[in-house]
Amino acid sequence: MYPTPVHRWSPMSRGVYKASLPLALVIWLLPLIAVFITSMRSTDELMRGNYWGWPERFALVENYRTVLFSSPMLHYFLNSCLITVPSVIGSIALASMAGFALATYPFKGNNSILGVFVAGNFVPIQVLMIPVRQLTLHLGLFNTVEGLILFHIAFQTGFCTLFLRNFIKELPYELIEAARIEGASEWQLFCRIILPLIAPALAALAILVFTFVWNDYFWALCLTQGDDAAPITVGVAALKGQWTTAWNLVSAGSLLAALPSVVIFFAMQKHFIAGLTFGATKG
Amino acid sequence: MTTAETRTSVSSGSPADSSRPIGRSSGVGVSAPLEKKRKRAALMFLLPAGAMFSLYVIYPIISSIVLSLYSWDGMSDKVFVGLANYNELIHTDTFYVALRNNLLWLVLFLLAPPIGLAFALYLNQNVRAMRLIKSLFFSPFVLSGVVVGLIFSWFYDPAFGLLKVIVGHGIPVLGDEHYATFGVIAAALWPQIPFCMLLYLTNLTSINPEIIEAGRMEGATGWSLLRHVVLPQLRPATFMSVVLTIIGALRSFDLIAVMTGGGPFDSSTVLAYFMYDQAIKYFRYGYSAAIAVVLFLIMLVFIVYQLRRLLRTDR
Repeated sequence: MYPTPVHRWSPMSRGVYKASLPLALVIWLLPLIAVFITSMRSTDELMRGNYWGWPERFALVENYRTVLFSSPMLHYFLNSCLITVPSVIGSIALASMAGFALATYPFKGNNSILGVFVAGNFVPIQVLMIPVRQLTLHLGLFNTVEGLILFHIAFQTGFCTLFLRNFIKELPYELIEAARIEGASEWQLFCRIILPLIAPALAALAILVFTFVWNDYFWALCLTQGDDAAPITVGVAALKGQWTTAWNLVSAGSLLAALPSVVIFFAMQKHFIAGLTFGATKG
Repeated sequence: MTTAETRTSVSSGSPADSSRPIGRSSGVGVSAPLEKKRKRAALMFLLPAGAMFSLYVIYPIISSIVLSLYSWDGMSDKVFVGLANYNELIHTDTFYVALRNNLLWLVLFLLAPPIGLAFALYLNQNVRAMRLIKSLFFSPFVLSGVVVGLIFSWFYDPAFGLLKVIVGHGIPVLGDEHYATFGVIAAALWPQIPFCMLLYLTNLTSINPEIIEAGRMEGATGWSLLRHVVLPQLRPATFMSVVLTIIGALRSFDLIAVMTGGGPFDSSTVLAYFMYDQAIKYFRYGYSAAIAVVLFLIMLVFIVYQLRRLLRTDR
């Protein structure tokens, strides 16, 4: 193990190390902690200039209620859910089929198709912007959640396909052969044998795609206008303009926007990390 | 991936396989109708993803390249102008500002892998609650760019920001054309560092401990052990974090949009933001497509590099 494990250190340095951990953590997360404390500060206290002293009065409930009910925040939040959930399901459904095809059928051009999926995912999204915007306009989906969903499904499919194709390739091929001998059709093979086996990979991907789509700002700006279909990232950015001096409310809004991805990350850490570090130890 | 490859070649090469009616290799041992059925199945499985991807990713790339040769405001007819958009671009000062800022992003963003490595080495210990500590260190990565941007705009605020409290006097970081880009990059590093840290942590746990012990036996300690024994073992993580950091740097948009809007006086703009600005504010679709194509060409170098490695390890 590198570095030398602490239990082999001298007691002094071990103590210093352990004491340094919470300190480093507080410094690292200072911006976040400060935002959290500000979100609990009352407006009149901020007006009087008490930005950094300990809050005299905690206005947690009051601030979050204002954000939720006196601004369209709840509406944005709902939009974000309506966009994110179908995008996750759609891209994973498409990618598991494509990944299965690329992993099990050795046809000509197999590798090139995979290459296109991967390359497509790394292109600067700006190069897609104008045509995708025009396409969405032509389909009559501009400023609707459906327009955003379709784009996210298509774009996330590239990365998911690579991930699932590699995962399926690692499965014992004998399983597939056995199922075929038993007389399973290709579709049954996919549904009954492959899907249950790749469930952990699907979970890891679902969480990753969820955070990617939930945090998207660029496409929300390009494909929506006004409040109708705008997700929470747009809503939070707008809060800054709406309440220029009410930083307590802006902070509360930001934390609300961050909440789902943070909760999902902490709840499903193992899957999240497995998905993210996929490939980090190979090659 | 290597194991999968070995397994495949063993199974298709074994003598038992050729006598079996069903095998993975195309042609040998598979009857013609079955072969045809398989091909059709492969096509059906690929079709939905392929269609969506072509429509929303492949076609737009080509369409952008074509559009960059036209002058178009989104409403009236497109007018073919050849390379005029590119010509105008290379005579625009903002283009060079954006290009310089992109380079600055690239260079400074590459601090993320080494700092991430330092964090990973610092946290790679088994003490109580380490899992929670690692997760908390990692948490900035799951925040959206908009939230990070808001947090830092407020951190930098010259009237009451935390930075003012720390240094004692207000510095208008985001309002000063010399500091704005640095301020935004610093904010962007906050989520990027833990991402690199995570890649290194995962790689560190996968190193064979015997290699490290052998290094120690040879008398290597501390720095030289890290440099000659550990770092070569961490190459996969280094590769991934460098490539993804470069791509992240070239993609930077959210933070700039939220924190400075490219200002003051376009001083903190990058190609990605410049392009967006031209399209959304000025409706110069052809011109902004040209900017996007330039960005695409710069990124293509890294995409090809990443792709070649990916397909190589696959073979």
